[in-house]
Amino acid sequence: MPETIEAIFKKHGRTSDELIPILQDVQKEFGYIAQESLKKISRYLKLSENLVFGVASFYTQFRFTEPGKHAVKVCLGTACHVRGGSTLLDTLERGLGISCGETTEDRRFDLERVACLGCCALSPVVQIDRDIYSRMSVNRLTELLKKYE
Amino acid sequence: MNKLDKEITLAKKKWASFQDNKEPIIYIGAASCGRAAGALDLRTRINDFIEEKKVKATIIEVGCIGPCYLEPLIDIKMPGQPRVSYNNVNAKTLSIILKSHLINGVAHAKLALGHFGKKGFEGIPQFYELPMLKPQVRVVLRNCGLIDPEDIDQYLAVDGYQGFIKAITTMTPDDVIGVVRQAGLRGRGGAGFPTHKKWAVCRNSPGDQKYLICNADEGDPGAFMNRSLIESDPHAVLEGMLIAGYAIGASKGIVYIRAEYPLAIERLKFAIKQMKDCGLLGKNILRSDFSFDIRIKEGAGAFVCGEETALIGSIEGKRGMPKSRPPFPAISGLFGAPTIINNVETMGTLPNILRNGAEWYTKFGKEGNRGTKTFSLVGKIRRPGLIEVQLGTSLREIIFDIGGGVQKNFKAIQTGGPSGGCLSEEFLDLAVDYESLAAAGSIMGSGGLIVMDEDTCIVDLAKYFLDFTQKESCGKCVPCRVGTRHMVEILERITHGEGNPEDLLALRTLGDTIKKGALCGLGQTAPNPVLTTLRYFRNEYLEHINNHRCRATVCKELIEYRVIKEKCTGCQSCVRVCPTGAITGPRSEPHNLDLTKCIKCRSCYEICRFDAIAGDAIVIQTGEKKS
Ligand SMILES: Cc1cc2nc3c(=O)[nH]c(=O)nc-3n(C[C@H](O)[C@H](O)[C@H](O)COP(=O)(O)O)c2cc1C
Ligand code: FES
Repeated sequence: MPETIEAIFKKHGRTSDELIPILQDVQKEFGYIAQESLKKISRYLKLSENLVFGVASFYTQFRFTEPGKHAVKVCLGTACHVRGGSTLLDTLERGLGISCGETTEDRRFDLERVACLGCCALSPVVQIDRDIYSRMSVNRLTELLKKYE
Repeated sequence: MNKLDKEITLAKKKWASFQDNKEPIIYIGAASCGRAAGALDLRTRINDFIEEKKVKATIIEVGCIGPCYLEPLIDIKMPGQPRVSYNNVNAKTLSIILKSHLINGVAHAKLALGHFGKKGFEGIPQFYELPMLKPQVRVVLRNCGLIDPEDIDQYLAVDGYQGFIKAITTMTPDDVIGVVRQAGLRGRGGAGFPTHKKWAVCRNSPGDQKYLICNADEGDPGAFMNRSLIESDPHAVLEGMLIAGYAIGASKGIVYIRAEYPLAIERLKFAIKQMKDCGLLGKNILRSDFSFDIRIKEGAGAFVCGEETALIGSIEGKRGMPKSRPPFPAISGLFGAPTIINNVETMGTLPNILRNGAEWYTKFGKEGNRGTKTFSLVGKIRRPGLIEVQLGTSLREIIFDIGGGVQKNFKAIQTGGPSGGCLSEEFLDLAVDYESLAAAGSIMGSGGLIVMDEDTCIVDLAKYFLDFTQKESCGKCVPCRVGTRHMVEILERITHGEGNPEDLLALRTLGDTIKKGALCGLGQTAPNPVLTTLRYFRNEYLEHINNHRCRATVCKELIEYRVIKEKCTGCQSCVRVCPTGAITGPRSEPHNLDLTKCIKCRSCYEICRFDAIAGDAIVIQTGEKKS
């Protein structure tokens, strides 16, 4: 049972520096920032909706559409890049039939890129939901995805 | 006796009995790197094993000890014996190790990596004598992998918080600033600005409310020193914050940490709670006048927020856009109050300086570049991982002695991440210090070292970095926003084989303009990767332009896959993995590759190389060499 947005508000004050922490909590709870949530946040903090959206859209962390079931993130940090990270992304784009930043039609997978997961010594790295898979190769990744189908 | 004294006495006792353990201890390297390599799965297996065999053993999760390429690392310490480390453990070797060492009490010399302590076992080297470890020094990383990061008692037992206690009970804030000055500590976040200088400015700025921010944004993609330190020894960073807070007169501390580091955030939260329980946070700490609290703020994914003024904006709930300075944050920062921002490693160094004194610290490094620096050594290196060396160590020692050399032939090393430069072979004997790196056109940065071999395309790398900074540009100033986009466009043309010789001059001119005109450090340093590669690897650019050749066979438009008929045994492995049906052919006969269908996805190349019978029957080719 997800928390209501009002319950999230209770944990935060009404000063504008609470904006990003509130957005983060909302996204953690609901998976994304819905139009309706933006409205409620702007009312709670007494900030214009434009401003709230302006801040939220500045940061890559926030998404405004409902996420798919599994979040697939390909690391494109430098260590992963020099060890073939972008080839892995190509593989996924082709395999899932979507571009980076999109969700598959059956809503099973989201595909995103990240700038470094901090496991550079074990690159290239792919994260699926909370699990990090290291020393990936194109063929291992193709096999791995099947587990999530 | 106050709460803390009691805790310390207790901690020392606990630690002594831990060292002199009566039942076996199993250590699991469970920082993010260990976890990514499968440490948690091993933990479950160890639990099952212990239960099944009904043996008593203590299992603790420790942080990262450095050689990440050997993860997962599992260590066993039997009563009365030294701790032995096992590397690259998998389900199969785990059960061999447990049977041999835990049940039969015999360390498995073949699978072991090294042992700790002086006297050890026949056939097992000393851990710190291993080639990767021997040239290193451990100041900041002294506890990493050795203590349980979730147990403040273990930190206390190894003289944790002694630096802070010494400061607060025997020194004035000005004394503390003086010691940091004598130690010669320079900020480890990138610029190497003398820490005592900005502290003094902040201390002398008027204001009742001052802030101390620990910058754990670690924006350099491909660097993980800060993550590792927080995950492995969070109290060291927090103790540093207490010391800094006391010195500048702040009552509020904030750790600004990137959201991509969930484990580090968890460990920090846990550690802060333990500090509170011991009376190390709150009002009148240890009955002094000093009151201090620490909060955590999660970043929201923007590289530019590592820059001080953007970071402050982000904490205030705004878009993370840099402001022009002055005023400097030390005078007017968070919510207009005097604010000091220091990097995680700077914080992690402070307890050591305070505990052991400035003179001790100046034994490391050299004049003007005192102390040690942690680096994440990654890329095409044989022994990737987290290392710590004295400032002034040469690149050659780092790459070859510690890193074990390069997989193929060495081509280049990038220091300083996207803001840094790419150095060629002729710089291998360069001393790694702030000034030498700057003179070579690069920077120290926060400590990311990316090693490249002949399989890395320099032009592609330059494009990669520029593309990164271009995407991360906050868009506020024109040189950065528009200039970097132009540079990316040119680089894209070149990697597509559509460049012309004038492009190189255009890149240089644009680069120089952005460097001079950009508002903040992001833009001012963004052209560095291109400018240095133009200087040191000009030929590779020219080959792309004139010969449509990418000698590293990276740039997709300039390469072709081909089956070598004489080598191919027709095993059909590649036929199975090819996603477009470009490879065909009956079993046992050399296969055909239809170039019009090939999308250069690498699947066939990898499978042939690693799994197929022939091996290397599929090659990647590029344009002709200049005759
Ligand atoms: C674009 C940009 C990104 C930065 N990213 C970081 C970072 O991730 N971590 C960090 O400590 N400093 C970063 N810095 C440097 C900080 O602005 C600041 O100088 C540093 O945190 C000061 O700490 P120090 O004095 O301990 O080095 C960045 C600077 C710029 C211009
Ligand atoms: S570059 Fe991919 S984990 Fe750091």
